[in-house]
Amino acid sequence: MGPNLWINYGEAVAAILFCIGFTNLLLQTNLIKKIIGLNIMDSAIYLFLAEKGYIAGRTAPIVTGGVTSVEAYINPIPSGLVLTGIVVSVSVSALMLSLTIRLYIRYHSLDLDEIAAQLKKEGR
Amino acid sequence: MSKRKPAEEYHKTFAFHFFSWLQGEKDPYLGNVEMKPQEEYVTDPEMQLRHEKEHDAILDKVYDMEHNRELKLFHRLYQATSILFCLFLMALLLVTISHLPATGAAVKPVNNEVSARYIESGLEETGAVNIVAGMILDYRAFDTLGESHVLFVATITVLIMLRLDKNKKGEPNPLTKDMNPNDRIYEPKNDAILQLVATFLVPIIIIFGIYIILNGHLGPGGGFSGGAVIGAGLILYLNAFGFSKTERFFTEKTYKWICFFSLSFYCLAKSYSFYTGANHLHSMIPKGTPGAILSSGLILPLNIAVGLVVACTMYAFYAMFRKGGF
Amino acid sequence: MTVFQIILMGLLIICAVSVSFSKNLLNSVLIYMSFSLVMSLLWICLESPDLAITEAAVGAGITSVLFFVTLKKIHAINIAEKTEEQTTSQCPAPEKGGSDE
Repeated sequence: MGPNLWINYGEAVAAILFCIGFTNLLLQTNLIKKIIGLNIMDSAIYLFLAEKGYIAGRTAPIVTGGVTSVEAYINPIPSGLVLTGIVVSVSVSALMLSLTIRLYIRYHSLDLDEIAAQLKKEGR
Repeated sequence: MSKRKPAEEYHKTFAFHFFSWLQGEKDPYLGNVEMKPQEEYVTDPEMQLRHEKEHDAILDKVYDMEHNRELKLFHRLYQATSILFCLFLMALLLVTISHLPATGAAVKPVNNEVSARYIESGLEETGAVNIVAGMILDYRAFDTLGESHVLFVATITVLIMLRLDKNKKGEPNPLTKDMNPNDRIYEPKNDAILQLVATFLVPIIIIFGIYIILNGHLGPGGGFSGGAVIGAGLILYLNAFGFSKTERFFTEKTYKWICFFSLSFYCLAKSYSFYTGANHLHSMIPKGTPGAILSSGLILPLNIAVGLVVACTMYAFYAMFRKGGF
Repeated sequence: MTVFQIILMGLLIICAVSVSFSKNLLNSVLIYMSFSLVMSLLWICLESPDLAITEAAVGAGITSVLFFVTLKKIHAINIAEKTEEQTTSQCPAPEKGGSDE
């Protein structure tokens, strides 16, 4: 164990959230809950990135009063990365939800095991 | 070139026999070897029924999820393994995190000269007060261009997935015929409370979204957040007043043209660097005074383009989920 | 600010765990919505207001609305309809043709 676990509590929370989302993805049989688990994993990654860019005692990267020194602002790169990531995650979840709707129309079920059983029976 | 033989003479040659045997026209053993005539295969209906029954029984036994012991065992094993794996992953990540540099520390490998450059010379090079906007729309503008295209492609894919398509004769597709195109039966129509609230809220939400887009280079915000806010306002309007009102100003054609013009404008605005020697940091467009609304060169129009694409995409997602089209 | 951040992170974990254990799909979507809202508060604590605005509009607004529409499409929110149908089916009342309309 390294020395920084309690100082890095934000990253630790991000790791725990990631694992909760991953467990959801593995163990839930309901497709909607799987999608929510994937979204939670997304958020965990964003939280991790933002925590990496955060610097205590500095303000958001918006120039105020003409001050352009590095000592005044936090790291702007993670913010830019996460900003684009959040919008992409919406389109990913919309795509997954539309696939879920198609699956429900075809198999009348949201349970992945049931869908797999029906698929096997059809492929006799 | 060989001469062509008459037919009778040819029938006696070896080549004729060989090729006719090759093509299955003649069986050389037919008169020479004694053979039993083949019986025609008769399908016994009883036997066939029994076979089918056995087949069904096997399938039922194999896919009997509730009583299949091996399957149950496998499920238990799968659950236990996945929980163990996740705990292992969590422990691994936590150990890694405990070795990372402390949160909030100023000296980290993450805070290298790239971010220092963005902060120190971002204002004078891009003219944007908001360093994040200057970064994603000027230094890394191609990244954002790809991002907008991701949204566009996602809309197209959802449209393919959810479209209530008909074939040329006007019959519905058998795959989607169970989908009820009109799922608003059980919803209250012309809900007075919702409509009154929407009349007050929708203009405020949309004006707030426009403010966020136009102020993207001056404060927090930008194309992505403002576009999402405008999309949410449009969704509220659609919920309150129905499709007949929104179709007056937003149809498939509107979406197509807005996306086309925004994306191609973005493309053209950022691809001039190909002609000016790939150094697009020194643009011909004046920067203006930092802090004024008309400043920072191309960032404001690019913000507007991205905002239009995002707003249309958000509204289009909702409309497609509701009725399978715009 | 640190105490506030720790409270918010605890809320995040509670939300994420209760999403997995809630039986009702509608409940889990609502909990996910609150997860996004807590997340957008956390972005402000981490000094990135751009992300806060985007997360509030996108995560708590549009993603949840898309989830609700999906639940409606797959008839997961049909408790009210079912009770309505049961009450109507007891008395020999209107034809089911209304549902095709």
